[in-house]
Amino acid sequence: MKYIQEFRDPAKAQALLHGIRQLLPRIARPRGRPLQVMEVCGGHTHAIFRYGVPGMLPPEIEFVHGPGCPVCVLPMGRVDDCVALAERPDVVLASFGDALRVPGSRKSLLQAKAAGADVRMVYSPLDALELARREPDREVVFFALGFETTMPATACTVLRAQAEGLRNFSVFCNHITIVPTIKAILDSPGMDLDGFLGPGHVAMVVGTRPFEFVARHYRRPMVVAGFEPLDVLQALWMLLSQLAQGRCEVENQYSRIVRADGNAQALEAIGRVFELRDYFEWRGLGSIDHSGVRLREAFAEFDAERRFALPGVRIVDPKACQCGEVLKGVIKPHQCKVFGRACTPEKPLGSLMVSSEGACAAYYQYARVDISALRREALA
Amino acid sequence: MSGRIELAHGGGGSLMRRLIEDLILPAFDNPALRPLEDQAVIALAELAGHGDRLAFSTDTYVVSPLFFPGGDIGTLAVAGTVNDLAMSGARPLYLSCGLVLEEGLPLETLRRALASMRETAARAGVWIVTGDTKVVERGAADKLFINTAGVGVVPAGVALGAHLARPGDAVVINGDIGDHGVAVLVARNQLALEADVASDCQPLGDLVAAMLASGAGLRCLRDPTRGGVAAVLNEFAQASRVGIRIRELGLPLRDEVRGACEILGLDPLYLANEGKLLAVVAAVDAPMLLRVMRQHPAGQRAAVIGQVCAGPAGRVILETEFGGERLVELLAGEQLPRIC
Repeated sequence: MKYIQEFRDPAKAQALLHGIRQLLPRIARPRGRPLQVMEVCGGHTHAIFRYGVPGMLPPEIEFVHGPGCPVCVLPMGRVDDCVALAERPDVVLASFGDALRVPGSRKSLLQAKAAGADVRMVYSPLDALELARREPDREVVFFALGFETTMPATACTVLRAQAEGLRNFSVFCNHITIVPTIKAILDSPGMDLDGFLGPGHVAMVVGTRPFEFVARHYRRPMVVAGFEPLDVLQALWMLLSQLAQGRCEVENQYSRIVRADGNAQALEAIGRVFELRDYFEWRGLGSIDHSGVRLREAFAEFDAERRFALPGVRIVDPKACQCGEVLKGVIKPHQCKVFGRACTPEKPLGSLMVSSEGACAAYYQYARVDISALRREALA
Repeated sequence: MSGRIELAHGGGGSLMRRLIEDLILPAFDNPALRPLEDQAVIALAELAGHGDRLAFSTDTYVVSPLFFPGGDIGTLAVAGTVNDLAMSGARPLYLSCGLVLEEGLPLETLRRALASMRETAARAGVWIVTGDTKVVERGAADKLFINTAGVGVVPAGVALGAHLARPGDAVVINGDIGDHGVAVLVARNQLALEADVASDCQPLGDLVAAMLASGAGLRCLRDPTRGGVAAVLNEFAQASRVGIRIRELGLPLRDEVRGACEILGLDPLYLANEGKLLAVVAAVDAPMLLRVMRQHPAGQRAAVIGQVCAGPAGRVILETEFGGERLVELLAGEQLPRIC
């Protein structure tokens, strides 16, 4: 457990909190409102709640939970297409575990499985490839999703399938890319964010350079952060230092993993296999140009969208859901009309409630009620 | 032992009789079973000698794989039901054993599971006194399922219940959490993950008897199986309309289990245990109860993990190792299927 406990040291946390409190008076806050820092990545959202970070911070700082949970932003129509694939009698649908419960308009993959579809949980796209080798007379389709973090693994798997000449393996590609999405948030009316914690694992692949526009064009500081709680606090301290000193840069707190230029091999594999789509539909955020990728023509035979006829129906997000406003940080999860009532982890309406990285699920799981209010109640 | 289960082994004829006489009777032999009637008959006077209320419970075991480090479906099938009885304060006495066998099951597999049942029953001081065997065609069940029901007797004066926790009480556990969940997960061998973790599967009747005999003011007892420590603490908090605060750093946890949870993204609070109990006890008695538990082989790593407080009612709050606080909710879905 060495190299993990060190990143959760409560004494170091207190030192960083002290530093953060000292910076606050030097940062201008219009109308005295709290500073709003968006953590882009769902992994950060989860860590922040898992370790109880919000209750440790001074009330002048608020986290806004961003769109960086690939399962959460998947629109219902794509889930419906995936369910339709799974329901084909010749198909084995291989998926990561956290995508199984995402609601489609008719059912989730888990419900399709209960009704007889051959849905298998895998931990890696290579597990899906192994299924294809072992069951040559079945069509194995891998439900590929994720940001640039998981793209290299899918790309390498497709390259290997091609090298082996596998005829029964394909990928239902839902990979998305984070930069256009951050742009869309920065362009949205009413955007009032003071800075960003950058997505550490995406940056591990693409580097920090693709995020420079945040500081240059939009004049917002960003610190690319790791996923242990001390990483988060240190990145926050770095971000506040920029604000206090009037700087606006993209800095790298996660330097033990992230390089400015990213991972060349991973980028090369992505470039060989994928090309940008003109647009991709996001749950809650609508259609965003150049925000998704698909397999290049040279890999058409491994592309489930070209290999099978898919319904491809667009499903409008449920009316009552405010997923989009939560994703943009306009409201907090518990301020949504259906949070904890019509929409719960047992019966999710919106997918932010499904994945463990979803802001709503994290709120529900770890902080359904305001912990500081609870503390007052307990002391009373 | 060679050979496999055939449909005829469940047919009521000679093959079934041979299965019972060659495999099942020798494993469970005791005076109540020996007459091979359709039921076991137990004298009420004998039961009344142990207390004034009957405890009655049942559970069905479908664990996959059947054998894992620290136990197997047989140890689970006895210890699980014995523990459900013991959590009422009852002395567990008699079990039934219902077997569902898949056609093609190697007889040797069944023999090993039955031997484990015998051994665990002997450890727990219970007799398996009645049973049933069904065989289903290949594919209609996965190898071997076992149902056990059990009866025990609650001693006069013992009153335990999840609704009895009071503010100020201490929350105690008898040892490391999450061993069973991780042991089964690793034994499935799907993760290319190696960890030297054995299931904690064990009967707890004797430990409970020692805890009751200590005279400590015990309020609630429950075994954190599926749903883990998180589920039981929430049940206590809700039934008693109190709050419960636990400290992450105070949770007894093996390094191997902690490491596996880190890699797999699991929370040990939700992992299944099969030889653990959570007790709520009057705070003044907690040190004495801990001493008694630690002298027992099933309680050597017993620890106080938290306190009951007046509010927030029905909530469990964790003080994290990092110095923050968070709510411990019930898990919505299934963390791991077929864990017991």
